[in-house]
Amino acid sequence: MSLYILPKDQLSAFVEALQASFRVVGPTQTETGYAFADIVDPEQLELDYDTTVLPPKKYFLPQREVLFNFHANALEPGTGQLEVEPVFQDVTPTVIFGVHTCDMNGIMLYDKVFAEGFRDEHYMERRDQIYVIGIECLTPCDDASFCKDMGTLTAPPIYDLHMTEVNGSYLLDTGSERGEALLLEYSEAKMAKSEDMQLLGRTLSAKWPHFRHRLKMSRDQTPSLLSLGYDAHIWEDLGERCLACGSCTNVCPTCFCFDVQDELDINMEDGERVRVWDSCQLHEFALVAGGHNFRESKASRVRHRLMRKGKYIKQVHGLLGCTGCGRCERACLVDITIPGTLNALYEEMQLEPGG
Amino acid sequence: MLDATFNLSTTTTPRAFNGHTSIYLPVIATIEDVQVESKLEKVYDVRLPGGENLGHSPGQFVMVSLPGVGEAPISVMSSPSRTHDTFRLCIRNAGDLTNVIHKLERGDRVGIRGPFGRGFPIEVFKGKDVLIAAGGLGIAPARSLIDQIIDNRADFGRLIILYGARNPSELLFRDAMAEWEERDDVEALVTVDRADDTWLGHVGVITRLFEHIQINPYHTVAITVGPPIMYRFVVMELSGKGLTPEQIWMSFERRMKCGVGKCGHCQVNHRYACQEGPAWTYAEALAFEEAL
Repeated sequence: MSLYILPKDQLSAFVEALQASFRVVGPTQTETGYAFADIVDPEQLELDYDTTVLPPKKYFLPQREVLFNFHANALEPGTGQLEVEPVFQDVTPTVIFGVHTCDMNGIMLYDKVFAEGFRDEHYMERRDQIYVIGIECLTPCDDASFCKDMGTLTAPPIYDLHMTEVNGSYLLDTGSERGEALLLEYSEAKMAKSEDMQLLGRTLSAKWPHFRHRLKMSRDQTPSLLSLGYDAHIWEDLGERCLACGSCTNVCPTCFCFDVQDELDINMEDGERVRVWDSCQLHEFALVAGGHNFRESKASRVRHRLMRKGKYIKQVHGLLGCTGCGRCERACLVDITIPGTLNALYEEMQLEPGG
Repeated sequence: MLDATFNLSTTTTPRAFNGHTSIYLPVIATIEDVQVESKLEKVYDVRLPGGENLGHSPGQFVMVSLPGVGEAPISVMSSPSRTHDTFRLCIRNAGDLTNVIHKLERGDRVGIRGPFGRGFPIEVFKGKDVLIAAGGLGIAPARSLIDQIIDNRADFGRLIILYGARNPSELLFRDAMAEWEERDDVEALVTVDRADDTWLGHVGVITRLFEHIQINPYHTVAITVGPPIMYRFVVMELSGKGLTPEQIWMSFERRMKCGVGKCGHCQVNHRYACQEGPAWTYAEALAFEEAL
């Protein structure tokens, strides 16, 4: 695996060549900001974007995904024919351009979630067909970012190719053999020279001062801070503010919870079982038959989200559940933020006797 | 990291289909028999394709589907010792799906996935006195354990069954209960919260039964299955009789949408009830703030 160089003006030709064999997606300009979308014209690709409302998770775990088709008598269920056939939706060779390092960290977590324990073939088959082309973040997206705190300001080893803009060219690191093959087959990229490597090193080391820390503690402390702060007062305050709208989980690159629903055709016989994004912030999320709700209060649901981000997901999968991308903060209608919450918890814990 | 006892073997999933496997695809099973158990509960004998043995352990559950209506987790009621070409489910009419399931008859079909989760570690219970405290529908998963112990009676010490229901009309498995009461090697006590004219037995919540039993705390394990509200009080009684948290097992009911540790609904702190539960010791539960 090696480092290649591609002049910026040859990127369009690379994209165009890929379009013959792949669905190509990437950040594009919309009326309300940037969004990952299908690239029809290579000129649409905006690699110099700040952030997107939704992370690229929508390509890995579609908002609505068919798990299987069924044929059943819905008017008298259980009677007559009952047939099921699995569906593997959106298993399309896809190249995603311009994935920021925070979002690559989100994808790395998804890869663990769906591979560990029971292997989710719906995810895994689609994942195998997705090539990730990352882009190095040289300046912060905006004030909501706290990637530096979360350790996600550097590319994790899940990319096929990773681009860094240096002096009118892109330096491309190959993270996989298939990524290198893609680059060599579809672009005019050349091997980088030693002076390119030197420039890359200087560019990378120069980026760090542009990013600021927002957390008052290190990310390694968040699991223990959240353990100590389980009964803290801040949860009640946040519960009173939270609207339980679920925007934060929808835009989160690490949220993967889903609901499962059956959708019937108008003939009342054919239908699909689908999974759709769900949110632990919604009232029904932990409700069981008989009416008991294990997270009845908004305070308990806000706390659960923060616990997952800063503690539980790490306990299960070894990675923190927050990438510091700042999307939940931008989406929140009542200004609930992860750094603000963790910092408030940190302050509250300092006041505890012995804290 | 996932617990060492995490069990990935299931009988019905995943299975190959055109070279693919889907952990969400049910197998189509047939209802062999339906019995009315009470106003709210029916008991179903379910046969997997080819009469395959479900291969479950007591305390595990299956995901039951009616495509077009939905899917829900249901505890297995039959013991492994009595599960051959059919297994048994006791289903309460408590929601949209179970309402439709209650209309099903012999010969109708349902989708089944599983068995899932970690059941009760029956090997650990061998040689010990076993106290089972079940409330309401909790008697159904408890039944799987009780019958397994009765069918291997010599492997265990005393078998003490405490069962509480809200009122006499909600009592399940009256025939089985009568058999247990007749046996010399089973101590079974039943109570109802509110008696009616027909009821001559104990009256009061399940914890009231504890004053009628004495146990040797060195040789006893306790298993409790019932509504969430019950656990706190049952645990207090068991602790009062000298049992440690390690000797007390409980089954956790949670909302479940996938059964395979992905959908997030059944999470209890960082644990998934569908994977590392639903059976946990009280010692394990004490480590989760959200458990009780």
